[in-house]
Amino acid sequence: MSRQSVARAHQKIQELSWEPMYHTPVSHYGTDYTFRKAQKKDPLKQVLRSYFPMQEEKDHRVYGASDGAIRGNMFRQVQERWLEWQKLFLSIIPLPEISAARAMPLLFRNVPNPELHNGQAIQMIDEVRHSTIQQNLKRLYMNNYIDPAGFNSSLRNFQNDYCGTIGRQFAEGFITGDAITAASIYLTIVAETAFTNTLFVAMPAEAAANGDYLLPTVFHSVQSDESRHISNGYATLLMALADEGNHQLLERDLRYAWWNNHRVVDAAIGTFIEYGTKDRRKDRESYAEMWRRWIYDDYYRSYLVPLEKYGLVIPHDLIEEAWNQIWNKGYVHEVAQFFATGWLANYWRIDPMTDKDFEWFEHKYPGWYDRYGKWWENYNRLSTPNGHHPIVAEDVDYQYPHRCWTCMVPCLVREDMVMAEVDGQWRTYCHETCRWTDAEAFRPVYQGRNTPNMGRLIGAREWETLYHGWNWADVVQDMGFVRDDGTTMVAQPHLHLDDPKKMWTLEHLRRMPHLQSPNVLLNEMTDEERAAFHASYVRGGPAGRFARPE
Amino acid sequence: MTTAPERSVPKPVFTDAEAGAKQFPDSTARKFNYFVPQKRKQTHYEDVTVEVQPDPRHYLAQGWLYGFADGQGGYPLDWTVLKAWGSDRPEPQRGPGSGGRGYEWPAHGWHEFRDPNEEWELSLYRYNANVVRQVNANVEAAKRAKAFDQWNPNWIRFVAQHVGAWMHVDHGLGLYLFANANRRGPTNMHNTAIAVNSMHLIRAAQDLALYQLTLDEEIESFFGAAHLETWNSDPTWQGVRDLAERLTAIDDWAEAVFAANVVFQPLVGELFRSQLVMQAAPRNGDFVTPTIVGAEEFDFSERDLRYTLALFDLLTNDREFAEHNLRIMNGWLAEWVGRTIPAARALQPLWSQPDAKPIRFEDALDRVKSRFAGIVEDLSLDLPKELER
Repeated sequence: MSRQSVARAHQKIQELSWEPMYHTPVSHYGTDYTFRKAQKKDPLKQVLRSYFPMQEEKDHRVYGASDGAIRGNMFRQVQERWLEWQKLFLSIIPLPEISAARAMPLLFRNVPNPELHNGQAIQMIDEVRHSTIQQNLKRLYMNNYIDPAGFNSSLRNFQNDYCGTIGRQFAEGFITGDAITAASIYLTIVAETAFTNTLFVAMPAEAAANGDYLLPTVFHSVQSDESRHISNGYATLLMALADEGNHQLLERDLRYAWWNNHRVVDAAIGTFIEYGTKDRRKDRESYAEMWRRWIYDDYYRSYLVPLEKYGLVIPHDLIEEAWNQIWNKGYVHEVAQFFATGWLANYWRIDPMTDKDFEWFEHKYPGWYDRYGKWWENYNRLSTPNGHHPIVAEDVDYQYPHRCWTCMVPCLVREDMVMAEVDGQWRTYCHETCRWTDAEAFRPVYQGRNTPNMGRLIGAREWETLYHGWNWADVVQDMGFVRDDGTTMVAQPHLHLDDPKKMWTLEHLRRMPHLQSPNVLLNEMTDEERAAFHASYVRGGPAGRFARPE
Repeated sequence: MTTAPERSVPKPVFTDAEAGAKQFPDSTARKFNYFVPQKRKQTHYEDVTVEVQPDPRHYLAQGWLYGFADGQGGYPLDWTVLKAWGSDRPEPQRGPGSGGRGYEWPAHGWHEFRDPNEEWELSLYRYNANVVRQVNANVEAAKRAKAFDQWNPNWIRFVAQHVGAWMHVDHGLGLYLFANANRRGPTNMHNTAIAVNSMHLIRAAQDLALYQLTLDEEIESFFGAAHLETWNSDPTWQGVRDLAERLTAIDDWAEAVFAANVVFQPLVGELFRSQLVMQAAPRNGDFVTPTIVGAEEFDFSERDLRYTLALFDLLTNDREFAEHNLRIMNGWLAEWVGRTIPAARALQPLWSQPDAKPIRFEDALDRVKSRFAGIVEDLSLDLPKELER
């Protein structure tokens, strides 16, 4: 169709919408936002007559590339270090995608603009596309990569391993609570507009550098749909801004959504890009450099700041703080160290860092070796069984961290840890903003204003609680992270597959001290003990070091 | 002599990381191992669909993390009154030392549902792209053949008003019943099938709208906005409109899908599409409209009804709650048939509008009732007395 006919076609399909005369459609999802009817236009003017063939053509390219990769033996050139982290990433990502599809109906009854509903319905089916095309990529990896373990169990393992809950927020945050908070601000305004750049553009580039051109093929195809979704979010945001009564809620939600996305996405993608790559060219961009370009410049300065003139209160302080966390406080490095500390509670293999990696990190993040080098040398030393425990139970000057109750990434930047008694339980938070999210934002009253539709943080949010007092071998068995000989673990802290003596088994774990839940222990302390513990914890770090005696 | 600086690019490395390069535990375990396939072998559809939407009753060890204001998270099973075996078992309680194990997979019968159409992205785009290509080709061929010149004034008016009115039904149900319900089913298989159903209807609505746009360009006396007045105020359509609105007001997602696909579509949708438009059009010189309406008919009869029957058949044969489900569904049947038959009967004046008449209304209604009775029988439900109104 020509552009003119697309515009006419789009105009015609606007005649399809109608206002109910006899019955009110069911309204399942509430919001504390208020909207006035407004003729906001769907800027993409997508009609299904052209949409379906377009997507089919994109599919042809993706599946053609998949066939080509197999015929061309791509896996002879894929870095195992990289593909092992895909076991985590491709466990996580189909759920946020399908959750975004499920989120669209939250907007139908709350955003009174039928033209936008068309865009939301197309986003719904886009997201079905993304979820299943990504599952299909994982299936292809399982079938063709040397080690299928972890791919073959991913949708069980993701739901019970010690990092899975962190990633799951990036899905559940879209589908529950206040409809606008979830499906508009958290999903489209922040997650899609800001963070899909690092997820679907920066990360695939790193995949290609590690011999995997299928991840870029699939994810760039996915990203080409995202512009539609970003437009959906922008149109809804402008409608919300038109009512001054929404400004307080927008400020709240932008602060929560920004900070939570930073905590979750930067933790995962930062780790994949920095610690999953073998590409150590000095001139390749670090995650911090990518973040500065994609998120700080493209999202914050080009997208968010111009909205200030419409009355949107931008969380400048939190954006600067996120950068501070990444650049000065080593956030990504602290997370990677935590993932590697608990390698035995995962379902992928984590390759030790080498001298070449050290050199690159020092070049990109001056001072890295002094902070993290010694610990990674210990990780390498302890990576094959030789009469010692996995690193988590060895004396390597690493204080096992408390989890953040809100974002569930542990309180790794020790100086920022906040402790509070909330809902009758002592909880730890990685940052004051996470305390605020739990104790103030996700509540039925916010700053004296009734917010009856705001969601709740629920669930058993500390993974370690479930296994308090358990033997580690039983923990791993309970989660099902065991290979088909019944004893060799799926996870390994190295990449050696062909030497059985180097593979960790359940038997190696039996001798370890029992797992202890930091939160259970915290709640067993007296007030004085807890205060002393907190004072010591915040003096600890970096790299998880115990506080030095004063 | 100057030399070009070496470009900084990643270098290919031979890693030999392909399947079969080494033997070790799990080296041949190349199947998703967290679900039991419906048949002997796992299908591609199952691999990309099953378990993407988690469930605290089996693997979701820490439970849902975000809830609505009432504390409910995820996809509560009580968003429908129907039950599958295991539905009443409590979610595993988590606390210090509880471990993370739930019930053995699937934990409850909802996870046994598989869409017989095996819809996922590859299938849905392939199918719908084919439909829109064929619809476009049909309309384009008709334009070139000057086929619309054969239409008589009454038929032109009929298509503008009444075929035009039908697209509002498709659009309303597609968006506000089916797209809405894609958030509410208990598994990914349910919600994906429902989302695809939604796109069939939205596409069908747009197919008709764009067809109208073409007719507006091709036929001088075609009034492209006539459908609006018909839908808004023509008494013939107000029963259908009332019913369509009522369908979008249903709270229970399963009742909504049931009422739409088991009752409304066979008794009103097929009555209008197959027994009126597709019968009357050829006699009035129109060979194009039936191909567009027929595409929608195929969506319903060959795909949407198919998954719907599989969904409800599993529940009427449930090993624990068959009786409960039969009682509920029989109640829904009586209730929705009681509302649908009057709406269908209100359409009767349409049968006398074309110059060349289709089959008699009563015969048409008998045909769809007979077809409906077959669907009801397939589901082991009772034919409601309301059918004879």
